Amino acid sequence: MSILTELVAWFLDPANWQGSTGVPARVAEHVLYSVIAIIVSIAVALPIGIFIGHTGRGGAVVINVLNSARAVPTFGIILLTVLVAGIGLLPVVVALVALASPPIVTNTYAGIRSVDPKIREAAEGMGMVGWQVIRRVEIPVALPIIMAGIRTSAVQIVATATFAAIVGLGGLGRYIIDGLAQQDLTQVLAGAILVAALSLLTEFALSLLQSAVVSDGLQAQSTEAASETKA
Amino acid sequence: MTRLSLAQVLDWSWMSSNLDTIWEQFQEHVILTILPVTFGFLIAFPLALVAVRWPRLYSPLLGMTGVLFSIPTLALFVVMIPFTGLSRATAIIPLTLYTLLILIRNTVEGLASVPRDVSESAEAMGYRRTRRLFKIELPLAMPVIVAGLRIATVNTIAYVAITSLIGQGGLGQLMLDGFQRQFPTPLIVGLTLAVAFAVAADLGLLSIERALTPWKRARS
Amino acid sequence: MGSRMKKLALIVMVALSLAIIASGCAGEGALEGGGEGGGAGGDAVVVGSANFSEQLILGNMYAELLEDRGVSVERRLNIGSRDTLFPALESGEITLVPEYTGALLVFRAEGEEEELKGSEPSQVTDRLREELPDGLVALDPAEAQNRGSLAVLPETAEEYELETYSDLAEVADELAVGGPPEFPTRYSGLVGLQEVYGIEEFGEFRALDAGGPLTAEALSSGQIDVARVFTTQGVIKDQGWVVLEDDKNMELAQNIVPVISEPALTDEIQSALNELSAGLTTENLISLNERVEVDREDPEDVAREYLQENGLIE
Repeated sequence: MSILTELVAWFLDPANWQGSTGVPARVAEHVLYSVIAIIVSIAVALPIGIFIGHTGRGGAVVINVLNSARAVPTFGIILLTVLVAGIGLLPVVVALVALASPPIVTNTYAGIRSVDPKIREAAEGMGMVGWQVIRRVEIPVALPIIMAGIRTSAVQIVATATFAAIVGLGGLGRYIIDGLAQQDLTQVLAGAILVAALSLLTEFALSLLQSAVVSDGLQAQSTEAASETKA
Repeated sequence: MTRLSLAQVLDWSWMSSNLDTIWEQFQEHVILTILPVTFGFLIAFPLALVAVRWPRLYSPLLGMTGVLFSIPTLALFVVMIPFTGLSRATAIIPLTLYTLLILIRNTVEGLASVPRDVSESAEAMGYRRTRRLFKIELPLAMPVIVAGLRIATVNTIAYVAITSLIGQGGLGQLMLDGFQRQFPTPLIVGLTLAVAFAVAADLGLLSIERALTPWKRARS
Repeated sequence: MGSRMKKLALIVMVALSLAIIASGCAGEGALEGGGEGGGAGGDAVVVGSANFSEQLILGNMYAELLEDRGVSVERRLNIGSRDTLFPALESGEITLVPEYTGALLVFRAEGEEEELKGSEPSQVTDRLREELPDGLVALDPAEAQNRGSLAVLPETAEEYELETYSDLAEVADELAVGGPPEFPTRYSGLVGLQEVYGIEEFGEFRALDAGGPLTAEALSSGQIDVARVFTTQGVIKDQGWVVLEDDKNMELAQNIVPVISEPALTDEIQSALNELSAGLTTENLISLNERVEVDREDPEDVAREYLQENGLIE
C-alpha cells in the first residue's frame, strides 16, 4: 500500500506541477507531438483512402502493403529515423504517422466502398461529377467509419508518443524513461497513469466530435472496422 | 556529427560474422511472441466463453482489459521489474496482458456472429451445449477468432522490440545496439527480420484459418 | 492450394515453431532465461560485456587473450546495461566482465560517491573489493581510466572562458546541460556538482543518454551547451570537444578492472589478465576507441591487433 501513498504524494507535490519538467509542460509536449502526428496522418492517409475507395482500384494492393506496414515495430522506426536524421521532432512524427496511417486508410477505404451504389448513382444522376460526388455524398455517408478510424489512430498516437522520450525528447514518456533510469517506480507509475488518462480523454473527446459532426441518420451505423493496434 | 553515408548502411561482413547472435535474438523474439499469445489465448478463451454465457460480464471484462491495454507498453514492462527482476517473465507477463483485449473481444464477437438459426437448429437436433460449441459454433467463429490472433501476434512482435530497453527484446536488442553504436546494419537487420516474422506469422495464421474453414472457399 | 498442401503447410509451420521454441528454451527454464539461452558449456569461461564500443573492445581482448592461453571461452558481448549484466555475473551465467572501479562500486554501494570524493584510485579499488559479493573477484586494475567528465564545444569554451568545472559554475545557469536521465539525482551528476562546485542549477537539463549518440548529436547541433561525456570516447577528439577539468576532484576514479567469478579463476587466467591490465593505458584505450567509433573498424579486429602489437598473443 505504500506505493499507493507515494503515488498520491507524487501527484499532490506542487513541485511536480511546475516548470519544464512539470506535468502541465509534459502534457503540453505530449499533446503537441500527438496533434502534429494526427494531422499529418490524416493529411497523408485520407486522400489515399478516398482515392482507392472512390475509384475502387488498387484497394487490395494498398491494403496488403498497409498490413505489412503495420508489422514494422514503431520502436525500430524511431531509432532508425534518429540515426538518419538526428534528434528532433521528425523521427517521432515519422514513426507515429507510420503507425497511425493504416487504420485511417483502411477505414476510409472501407467506408467509401460501403456507400450504397444506388446513392452514388442518384448523385451522378443529379449531375454531380467526381469531386462533388466525393465531397457531398461519399464522405458524409462514410463519415462514421472514417471517424472511427481517426479515433483509433488518435488514441494509438497518444499512447505511443511516449516513445519520444526514448530519443531525448519530452512528453509524458519522460516520466517513464527517467523513472526507469532513476529507479523511481512512483514516477513511472505516475507517467503511466497520465498517459492512460490522456488516451481515454482523447477517445472521449473524439467520440463527442463524432457525434457532433456525423449527421444523425448515420450515427447508428458507426462501427469500428479498424482493428486495435498500438506500439 | 558525421552523418553516415549510404554505403556504410549495410555491412555484410558484420552480418556474416554475427549470424549466431542474429539467430539467437531471432529465436528469442519468436519465444517472446509465441508464449504470450498462447498464454493470452488460454486465458482469453475461457473468459470469452464466460462472457458469452453471461453477457452482462462482457462490458466490464472489455473495460478491464481495455484499461490494461491503455497502459503504455514501456511503463508496464518497467513496473514489472521490482517483482520479476530482469527475466523473461518481466516481458512475458505484460505481453500476455496486452493480448487479452483483442483475443477476448474477437472470440466473443466471433461466437456472437454465428447466425442464431444455426445454433437453434443444432439445439433442435439434440446437440448439447458443449458439443454445439465445439462442433458448430467455434468452427463458424474461426475467421473472427483467428483475425484476433493475427492482430495480437503482429502487435506482440512489435512490443517485444520495446523490451530491449529492459534487457530482453530479441530483435529489439539488435535495433538498440545499432542505434547505440550509430551503426545502421544491426538496426536494419533487426527491423527487417521483425517485419518478416510478422508478415510470415500473419500469413501463417491466415492459412491456418483457411485450412480450418473449407466451406468458405466452396461458397466463393 | 489443394487441401493436402494446406495440411502440409500447417504441419510444417507448427513443427518449425516448436523447433524454434525448443532450441531456444533448451538448457534453461522458459521464464528465467535472460535471452542468452543455456549456461556455459562445461568449463568455458563466459566473457560478457556491455553494449558500447569500449566494452566490446575490452571483452574481445579478454576473450582472445584467454583463448590464446588455451582457455576455452564463450563470448556474450553486447549486453545492454549493468542492471542486466551484473546479476548474470552473480548467478554464474557470465564468468568475466570488464568493469570500472568507481562505477561498479557505486552500483554496489550507493552512498560511496560522496565519501570517496577525491580519493586515490587505489582507495576506490580497495573499497570495491570490500563491496563485491562473495564469489566475485576483482583482478588487478589497469592504469587506464574512463572517467566521467563534462565537455563543451570549442566555441562555447572560448565564449565563456571555460577550462574547469569551477569556471563552469559561474555561468551554469545560462547553459543547457545534457546527460543520462539519472544525472539530476546522482552524486556523479547534478547533486555532486551542487555540493562540490556550488552549481545550484543549470539553465536547462535535457535527459538524453550516457555519453551515447543522443548526447553527441545534441552537443554537436547546439541543442545543449554542456554534455556529460566519458573521457575515453573517440568522438571527443574527433569532434574537437573541450573536456573541462574536474579541478576539485568530484569525479570518482574509474580504472578498468576485470571482474571474475572466483570458482572459475585459475593462475593462468589471473596472470594473463593482469599482464593485459598492466600495459593498458588511457591513451591507448582512447586510440582503440577512435578506431572503432570513428573509423568504424570491427572491435574484434582492433582488439586482436592490440594484443598482437603488444606481444600478448602470437
